[in-house]
Amino acid sequence: MSTHDEMTPGAEEQAAPSGPEHTSGLVPRDEVRGRHARAVDDIVPAVDGVVIEADDHEFAPVERITPDSTVARTYDDPFPNPGPPHHEPRRTDVDPRAARRADRQVAGMFGLATLLLIGFIVSFVAVDMDQMISLPLIGKIGAQNALFGVTIGGALALVGVGLIHWARKTMTAVELVEPRHPLRSPEPKREEGAAAFRQGIEETGIGRRPFLIGGSLLAALGGLLTAPLVLLRDLGPLPEKKLRHTAWAIEQRIVYENTNEQVKASDMHIGTLVAAHPLGVEDPNRLAKASIFLIRLDPSEVKSQRQLDWGYQGIFAFSRICPHVGCPVDLYEQASHHLLCPCHQSTFDMVDGAKVIFGPAARALPQLQITADGEGNLMAKGDFTEPVGPSFWERG
Amino acid sequence: MSTVERMAGGLGTWLDDRFGVARGARKLLRKVFPDHWTFMLGEIALWSFVVILLSGTYLTLFFKPSMHEVVYHGSYVPLQGVQMSEAYASTLDLSFEVRGGLIMRQIHHWAALIFVAAIMIHMLRIFFTGAFRKPREVNWLIGNVLFILAILEGLFGYSLPDDLLSGTGMRILEGVLLGIPLVGTYASFFLFGGEFPGQLLIPRLFTIHILLIPALMVALITVHLLLVFYQKHTQYPGPGKTNRNVVGAPFLPIYTAKAGGFFLIIFGLSALLGGLVQVNPVWLYGPYHPAQISAGSQPDFYMGWLEGALRAMPAWEINAWGHTVSFSVLVPALVVPGIFFTVLALYPFVESWVTGDKREHHLLERPRNAPTRTAIGAAGVTFFGLLWLNGGNDVIADKLHLSIYAITWFTRFALFLGPVVAFIVARRICLGLQRRDRDKVLHGRESGIIRRLPSGEYIEIHEPVSVEERYVLTAYEVNRPLELTDAVDENGIPMPNGRVHKVRSALSRWYFGTRVEKPTPAEYQQLTAGHHH
Repeated sequence: MSTHDEMTPGAEEQAAPSGPEHTSGLVPRDEVRGRHARAVDDIVPAVDGVVIEADDHEFAPVERITPDSTVARTYDDPFPNPGPPHHEPRRTDVDPRAARRADRQVAGMFGLATLLLIGFIVSFVAVDMDQMISLPLIGKIGAQNALFGVTIGGALALVGVGLIHWARKTMTAVELVEPRHPLRSPEPKREEGAAAFRQGIEETGIGRRPFLIGGSLLAALGGLLTAPLVLLRDLGPLPEKKLRHTAWAIEQRIVYENTNEQVKASDMHIGTLVAAHPLGVEDPNRLAKASIFLIRLDPSEVKSQRQLDWGYQGIFAFSRICPHVGCPVDLYEQASHHLLCPCHQSTFDMVDGAKVIFGPAARALPQLQITADGEGNLMAKGDFTEPVGPSFWERG
Repeated sequence: MSTVERMAGGLGTWLDDRFGVARGARKLLRKVFPDHWTFMLGEIALWSFVVILLSGTYLTLFFKPSMHEVVYHGSYVPLQGVQMSEAYASTLDLSFEVRGGLIMRQIHHWAALIFVAAIMIHMLRIFFTGAFRKPREVNWLIGNVLFILAILEGLFGYSLPDDLLSGTGMRILEGVLLGIPLVGTYASFFLFGGEFPGQLLIPRLFTIHILLIPALMVALITVHLLLVFYQKHTQYPGPGKTNRNVVGAPFLPIYTAKAGGFFLIIFGLSALLGGLVQVNPVWLYGPYHPAQISAGSQPDFYMGWLEGALRAMPAWEINAWGHTVSFSVLVPALVVPGIFFTVLALYPFVESWVTGDKREHHLLERPRNAPTRTAIGAAGVTFFGLLWLNGGNDVIADKLHLSIYAITWFTRFALFLGPVVAFIVARRICLGLQRRDRDKVLHGRESGIIRRLPSGEYIEIHEPVSVEERYVLTAYEVNRPLELTDAVDENGIPMPNGRVHKVRSALSRWYFGTRVEKPTPAEYQQLTAGHHH
């Protein structure tokens, strides 16, 4: 507090002692008070009406902070601490019959727990796993599992409650008071510790050539840290252009997501929306990007010319992978032509190039150019012209 | 000498001959632990963690962390013949073929939910009572790290069964990773071993979930508890309690019995829930498939705030110089939690800097007696809570027949306004409660007895509060703001770091500017003397 002279707000604080606190130019307006640390090593049971370790200094602020005290200020309580409350004997302390009853209750709970454990073993061997029971509030659940819960859970809880009941009712109830000392070491001890540390460092001799030895040691240790990073390199392949391409290619036939059968243009009615993917693609890694949906709309309702151009007779194919964080978009509302991502509610306008009209997605769903072969089977005209799915740094 | 005592004596001798345990035994065994119901919150977290370790170990005996595709032929009829990963199939087998497998899975899941919830409430208790103050800042930081680890551990754990719900969560994780500038695509490719979903995610999550994070957590929890033990527990102000003592029950037997009993109760409760209340029924969700999704999907509750942030964020993305930065993802998934956890971790240091308080604190504060801190906490809780609610905006919209867009728009504004309102309201409530305490000390409590005076006037009799209560109501500090008296010393030299000091004193004024003074004994005597006349 040596620096606070120019800041000291009131004359009476001028006498405030120096100490480790408030090393900057600011001090609280009221004074910093200290009190002597007391050496009370014994744990003393509280006696009615007597303030343990109360001395004249306990609640009265003392002028100086002693070196071994960091508790700079006690709570300047306007009313004296009345000391520990009067110890009320429990019923079990004064009435032997109540005490015996409590013992019986505790033993009863422990005994009941043992019975429940037997019940658990019985339900393990004797109850069929497939058997169901109906319980009020809970509904229909597996009988064996429910019995396990009731028996083991009940047994555990009963032993627990029994222990606590025992502690509360018949174990000696005595409030103990233990003194608390400042965590900080007394000043001489601090000096000693610092000196020992200095000596140790001195004995290494590092002070003579700090940069040569110390510097090269740090460099070597730092260098060694790169080894695990190198080892982690083969966790996966490099991204390269992998996120830019999907399984779609020219004349790639389109099949239904559920049946793997080819989608015919004639199967699609106005208002239909179906999930689909490329024919012959089963690998989840490729499906994760190639998943699309097909939608047939009345072309007169479609506002985007590009959407019309890229579709086939009012049938349009869009990526199903949300450009936000990659959930498959799924919830279609026919009346408004809005398609909603169930994860974060990005909403796409299906009659306007799948433009985003609400939510966190920043881009429209990529459209896949489609046409049909001679038999009317829908097929792609090529891959998507832009990366599908979430944004990434290299996307551009 | 009873048999128990003789046996304990024998064991004690054996141990002391080898480890010299008797030396510290008296202090250790009779160490005093303060008692209060709020001190159990951390214990709930601790004991549920033990339940998680025990039940989780059992699960590893049956679970196969593999994404190898198999066809299911087990006893759960609706999924027979369906292709799925071995991870999902082994989870089904664990639930339907192994006796006790289902309850262990459900105990594990319930205990995990209890664990994270208990951590949150425990942290709120620590925050609102100022228990994080010197000398306990390090333990606050350890607790923060544990909180983050617990969330990650939960996320990775519930993703292991490879069901449709959690797989969608992993897909969102991929999208978030991709959104990180510069290294995002690499991070994603390295985690998934290539493109999503790959074949490696589940085994990798498994190692992280059952080895890496638990080992870290066990180490940190050990340090956390050792510090509580070594620094001694805080206590609430009360008769006989001072900043220089610990009042409570001895470690042996009372604390041991209560804590041990409490562990068994937590375990029992988890088992009851695991037996009776279904949680995470992965067989209903189906195996994960990248082209499938279910509506109304909700993550576990502790992920809800991040999900809510993703949902609330408006579309915002920039493309420049051939690169894309997606703020739609970055802000909610990384910036918001980043700021939240940073503020949380640094709060003890900021508060100590603003208040200039560098003293040791072992007496807790009642939240009302630290109005600004309580208000900051209320603002934080409001922010977190709003995000969390928005994570269920689809469920709210469905149940309450509201527009999902309206709820999201409400959240977007409320996220900024709500915390401010909460701050103001909470501080006013605290100051009001302080005034009420002051009145109670000076004028006593309202007795409900109405007396009619000879003049015809009716008054209510106030009864003075007990000495103990009066002490509790006044045993706190009224802090003064730090004051900058002179920016320039007598020689006209400006104080070094003058601007920093100005900011600090301004913050300090904001912190302590409005306050309620404690009643003084003089006021009390004056008023009580008046009563007796």
